[in-house]
Amino acid sequence: MDYTILLLAIPFLMFLIIGLLGYKMTPKFSGLLGSAGLAVVTALAYYTAYRYFLQAAEGAWETITAFNYTWLDLSNANRPDLMIQIGMLLDPISVMMLVVITTVSMMVHIYSMGYMHGEEGFQRYYAVLSLFTFAMLGLVVATNIFQMYIFWELVGVSSFLLISFYFKKPSAVRAAKKAFIVTRFADMFFLIGILILSYYTKTFDFLKLTAVDAETQQATLVFSTMGGKMFMGMSVTSIALLLIFLGGAGKSAMFPFHIWLPDAMEGPTPASALIHAATMVVAGVFLVARLFPVYYFEAPEVLHIIAYIGAFTSLFAAIIACTQTDIKRVLAFSTISQIAYMMVALGVSGYEGHDGLGFTASMWHLFTHAMFKATLFMAAGCIIHAVHSNEMDAMGGLRHHMKKTYYTFAIACFAIAGIFPLSGFFSKDEILVAAFEADKILYWCQTFVAGLTAFYMFRLFFRIFFYDEPNYEHTPHEAPANMWVPLAILSVFTIFSGWFPFSKWISANLIGYEIHTVWPIAIGSTVVALIGIGTAYFLYYKKNDIPDRIANSCKRFYTWASHRFYIDEVYLFITNKIIFGGICAAIAWFDRHIIDGFMDLLGWTTNTVSEETKEIQSGSVQQYAWVFIMGVITIVTLALYL
Amino acid sequence: MDIIKEFYSGFSIMNQEVSLVLVLVFVLLADLFCGEKGKKYLQLLAIAAFALNVVYGFTLKVDSTYQDSFAGMYVTSDMHILVKNILNIGTLLVFFFAHYWNEHENRSQSGEFYFLMLSTLLGMYLMISSGNFLLFYIGLETASIPMAAMVAFNKKAHESAEAAAKYILTAAFSSGVMLFGISLIYGTYGTLYYNEAANAFQAEPLQIMAMAFFMAGIGFKISLVPFHLWTADTYQGAPTPVTAYLSVMSKGAAVFAFLYILITVFRNYAETWQNILWWIIVITITVGNLFALRQKNLKRFLAFSSISQAGYIMLGVISGSPQGMAATVFYIFIYLFTNLAAFGIISNIENQTGKVGMDDYNGLYSTNPKLAVIMMLAMFSLGGIPFFAGFFSKFFIFLAATEKDQYLLVFIALLNTIISLAYYLLVVKAMFIKESANPIKPIKSDAMSVIGLAICTVGMIVLGFISPIYEYMTSISFGI
Repeated sequence: MDYTILLLAIPFLMFLIIGLLGYKMTPKFSGLLGSAGLAVVTALAYYTAYRYFLQAAEGAWETITAFNYTWLDLSNANRPDLMIQIGMLLDPISVMMLVVITTVSMMVHIYSMGYMHGEEGFQRYYAVLSLFTFAMLGLVVATNIFQMYIFWELVGVSSFLLISFYFKKPSAVRAAKKAFIVTRFADMFFLIGILILSYYTKTFDFLKLTAVDAETQQATLVFSTMGGKMFMGMSVTSIALLLIFLGGAGKSAMFPFHIWLPDAMEGPTPASALIHAATMVVAGVFLVARLFPVYYFEAPEVLHIIAYIGAFTSLFAAIIACTQTDIKRVLAFSTISQIAYMMVALGVSGYEGHDGLGFTASMWHLFTHAMFKATLFMAAGCIIHAVHSNEMDAMGGLRHHMKKTYYTFAIACFAIAGIFPLSGFFSKDEILVAAFEADKILYWCQTFVAGLTAFYMFRLFFRIFFYDEPNYEHTPHEAPANMWVPLAILSVFTIFSGWFPFSKWISANLIGYEIHTVWPIAIGSTVVALIGIGTAYFLYYKKNDIPDRIANSCKRFYTWASHRFYIDEVYLFITNKIIFGGICAAIAWFDRHIIDGFMDLLGWTTNTVSEETKEIQSGSVQQYAWVFIMGVITIVTLALYL
Repeated sequence: MDIIKEFYSGFSIMNQEVSLVLVLVFVLLADLFCGEKGKKYLQLLAIAAFALNVVYGFTLKVDSTYQDSFAGMYVTSDMHILVKNILNIGTLLVFFFAHYWNEHENRSQSGEFYFLMLSTLLGMYLMISSGNFLLFYIGLETASIPMAAMVAFNKKAHESAEAAAKYILTAAFSSGVMLFGISLIYGTYGTLYYNEAANAFQAEPLQIMAMAFFMAGIGFKISLVPFHLWTADTYQGAPTPVTAYLSVMSKGAAVFAFLYILITVFRNYAETWQNILWWIIVITITVGNLFALRQKNLKRFLAFSSISQAGYIMLGVISGSPQGMAATVFYIFIYLFTNLAAFGIISNIENQTGKVGMDDYNGLYSTNPKLAVIMMLAMFSLGGIPFFAGFFSKFFIFLAATEKDQYLLVFIALLNTIISLAYYLLVVKAMFIKESANPIKPIKSDAMSVIGLAICTVGMIVLGFISPIYEYMTSISFGI
């Protein structure tokens, strides 16, 4: 599988070419070049997946290290494995991610040619898209946690660049800054977690970290090096893994780090589809999945925390989503809620056989969600393109004007609501089954969220495509072919990806197993979804005043929710009043007077001494010789008498 | 017959020297016989011939870890070969940068330029590979005396002559001191072979004195404080390509030879020479920085910068460990690209406008963005800003020193890095921030300089990331 290095090399090369030479190309050429490069990468990813899943014998999947280049060798006798490597690890989840990333990225590349047409900085956009694809691919195939961290940050940078694409718009700049700072803040925990973990285990390598002994039910290396060690009353393993999860929570917008994602919608819509819906935001889920054996065997309590944080976030975001009026924000909160679903699934998962259903379901939902959420975002992009607004109030009755968008949006809505036989039904259903088997509270919570999801998605759907038609200045028109074709392709995935035999392919212990449908749960979730859809139909199919009356009847709660429960304000209070006003003022004083004072002193001393001694460099050779011989004598004296 | 056969077989491991001598003789003869018309091609021919030699150098390898010939007079190892290869690369880069100057300023003498420079290179080879103080001394002088001629190459310029005079006088003086040291070594050890001298250790004061004198003599070559005073005047007066050559190659060769002698001949005095070096490093870095801050002439500025850089290089020497050797060689390797990039730009601008003052560079970015950016990279790399190559070389050298518990020394060096940043950034500030009513006009660089600058730029950006280089150096390095 040596060719897999091309998966990373080509996007990086595209980034360099388009980034450095883009100003010499026409926009169209740069777009085509980027898309062509990615088409090759996509083909390679599919070929890899084909070889990995379909050509190998079923049963236990092997993990293949396609290559592993040692970048910094820090090993010595005490720590033979401590080195930073850049490599490529192929196992079921990374191969699946390859397919997800390249598929969505390919569609986004094509779609953007229409959506971004005529934008200033078109080449820059494609360069950063390539950079992002490179970074994301590097992240999922990382052979060690340090490589993952490097690409993790690269992903953050490219996300920053894409959010701030319209850098002349102050809100976009603010949003980019916010996204970057919040995720960076979470990444700090990730880094500390990595350091703790590698300090004890003396390796970064995933394969060594996740090696499991089936007999003793332990993650061997982590257990032998960290087991039983305590710090402030908590086991060190738990602390490290919790910190690593917090890093993942930042990228995956889990509560309380979710605040950056809705604002990140300031970026171009296709970029949102790729980064803030399908790929980057699931990095946290992927991270937990990657280290899953360690979590499961060595820190099950952290998994519980993950499950409950996930459940809370999914409920919380779903409630907010019901009150938003900006269509991209609705989708953003829906994304948060759905990713939280995946976290719940990981949190309740077991390890072997059918116990590991949560793991499978989480990855499965990741796959299907990437497809339908990318569809939704790109369809939303078509709508925004047509009506030139993000606000629901500017929309309505669009089904007459935009047939193709209407159908694809409908398919994706049914999928996310979990209606049989679309993909979302299967993946969501397995999550509910896993939750049901593990923890009843989580099950009821997630079922309720499923209903809410169906409600707010169809609220969006009816508001856009039915409802009353406002007076459009220009009649909305269907998007061009390069925009709706990717939509159509993604909706094909949306329809059929539920039928893939995921449990054969993806499992926590790499051994495939059979899933059996649990009918009561399947029927229950469908009923809940239908109730949600029905309610949405009742409230939003035609213009009426019931929604406003409901909102008024619980006004306080509604205002709270529509203001996202004031979490942003809490952050602002903490940062502005407490951190900037209190802690930072003291630190600033220290910095200005002590640190700067020291540096000034250093500078002043240097300057003064330099001024005073410049006479030595007189230019006369006699003096040079004199200094020379004095130097020799001093050295001899020093050497003899010291 | 056997004796003759044995004598010639001694050359069999001297491939690099032999091939360099061939190039050297070839250049000399070509210069003699090419006539006026052929002068046009002489430079290209010389560069091509030397480039072949560079490539050839990389094909060489020593069978065992260490080999000698002529009864231990000449020694070589993979590390020796590598250091010579590094010097080769640097010399080739200097040739690239000197091409334009040779073409326009001293066309009739360009053959001499190449001949002299290759002669000094041969001297450095011998310094590096010697196993005996006599050969070392011969190498040293072979490297110094043609160098003086090169410093004086601008015959019409008063400055150039002055620089050469100062150089040759100080060189003679330091040779005297060093010879005194060597004679003491012979007097007390009874031998001039490194290996035998090392075994004859008796810890007599005379031997320690011998070592100190020797250190002073070679300190001149590396321009360690207090033996550095010639540096600024010579660097400023010499033609820029020669300055570049002096600042990198001459220093690099001397450092490696010094390191080799310290860890072979004086390995039993390690504590003593480490103590001496400790002080020398501290004052070298500090004094270099202090004086660099005030300079207005870029060549003079880089002279002091190179003094302080020499101090950093010695940080790798002080540990005497294999890791220290690898770090030292790596530092020289990176320093070569970085410093030559800076000198390449200076020489490029000087050739076409005659300007070398720091104030002349005001607003350079607006007129010559590419040159300004490369110069900025070079300054960043010299200052050790991540993630340019200079950061990695500093990092490894600090690492090597801390492994030998030189914490205080590394701390002082770190403080000095801050000071050095201040003056390196002065150049960047002049180019990017300051404005000038009369900036340097846009320059069209000649093809050779462009090649040289491109190589240096790639080196500065990429080399730090290519770990096999450093790993290879670690694998072939040795120490006490």
